[in-house]
Amino acid sequence: MTIAHQDIFKIAAHHRFQWEEAQQSHVILFPEGMVKLNGSAGEVLSLVDGKNSVDHIVNALKEKFKDVEGIEKDILSMIQFALDKAWIEKAN
Amino acid sequence: MATQNNGVAASVTHTQPLWLLAEITYRCPLHCAFCYNPTDYDKHTQNELSTEQWINVLRDARKLGALQLGISGGEPLLRDDIEEIVVEAKKLGYYSNLITSGVGLTEKRIQAFKEGGLDHIQLSMHDITEEINNFITNTKTFELKKKVAAMIKSHGYPMVLNVVIHRYNIGHIKEILEMAEALGADYVELANTQYYGWSLVNRNQLMPTKEQIDHAEKITNEFREKVGNKMKVFFVVPDYFSDRPKKCMNGWGEVFMIVTANGDVLPCHSARVLPNIEFPNVRDKGLMWAWQDSPAFNRYRGDSWMKEPCRTCPEKEKDLGGCRCQAFLLSGDAESADPVCSMSPNHHIIEKAIEDAKNPTLQAQPILFRNDKNSKKIISGEVNDLIKDFHATP
Repeated sequence: MTIAHQDIFKIAAHHRFQWEEAQQSHVILFPEGMVKLNGSAGEVLSLVDGKNSVDHIVNALKEKFKDVEGIEKDILSMIQFALDKAWIEKAN
Repeated sequence: MATQNNGVAASVTHTQPLWLLAEITYRCPLHCAFCYNPTDYDKHTQNELSTEQWINVLRDARKLGALQLGISGGEPLLRDDIEEIVVEAKKLGYYSNLITSGVGLTEKRIQAFKEGGLDHIQLSMHDITEEINNFITNTKTFELKKKVAAMIKSHGYPMVLNVVIHRYNIGHIKEILEMAEALGADYVELANTQYYGWSLVNRNQLMPTKEQIDHAEKITNEFREKVGNKMKVFFVVPDYFSDRPKKCMNGWGEVFMIVTANGDVLPCHSARVLPNIEFPNVRDKGLMWAWQDSPAFNRYRGDSWMKEPCRTCPEKEKDLGGCRCQAFLLSGDAESADPVCSMSPNHHIIEKAIEDAKNPTLQAQPILFRNDKNSKKIISGEVNDLIKDFHATP
């Protein structure tokens, strides 16, 4: 599945996304496994909440990280990665 | 159980437990021949931790960084305080998993778990036939397991089935996978028996042949292709048939912590077989000390303890020399390479075990089922001939 700008995603069923103080990172938890996310992956998935469109996420992060070149491409590939891993699913 | 690593994983600078396995009781209504619990568990059934002590364990482990919680046993549902423990786990932010045979799971309890915030339930299944299910578990639990599977599904839980694979069910892999699909399983773990505890004592009776395992893996792969993403199938490869050992627990005291029914804190399921190590107990100095400072948890961290051929092996980071318990149980030297490794000077022990398991006379020996009576026999030395080849009581 490829991503369109108006798509809305949410954290997949039976998965949990949360900030971990001890690890200083966001994590995704699911049956039999977990993934610790690096800073930028955590930033993106924090905005994947079943309400924000992909467009909205891209704009919000562009605004937050004005100095980062080519950020849109990174955001889209992160969303695609999370989708391929089934950490997130379509909400609209 | 997997801690994934990939391009988006964060790096960690110091060791923290990620997984806490609470072996909340050794009591169990099933008597599985392949159980990994210690065969002398009967020693530890009289002094189980209280609810309050478990809640403190959960809090302390969470402070250390643990976030995946397995509530296991024995059969955890034999305790009536799992509901309280689940609520506390949720409050603390754990992703919690009840690992159960299904015996004792009622509508009332599952509803309480759901409301309390339990995240998932892992149900053990044994076979598609009632005969083998009842034989290997030494109980009549076949119909019950199917009912429990449906109950788990109807409460909106992901269905995680764990099937321990051995000689008696390895020929039914395809049918087992089809049953899992029909039950609506989301995850299926085909766990080839690893030989610890009761399964080590019963190794000759349980071990399949290499050909059977290869065939089972082939069928599993074909099934995966057919079923796609809707059901995730894990095939846990049996280490005896591999020429390199497993990276046991992802490293000693690296990510995994077990607290046993009586409060012992262990870096792996069977660590108590190791000689000259005093494992900490939560009743004494607490979890923080146990994880960070106890001599037991520091014993095999890193690689300075390694002997040859591991010490200079270019692959040592890959498997960290394998399993210390297996090395000691089979060779009598906990610091030696896991005998599974083809470079181990003790590899012949594994080869002999594989040969022995093909010997019809040894295969025909009665199985020692996991129960209190047999555990007492192990403790009293009454069945010493069954464990004479091992360097500790499995």
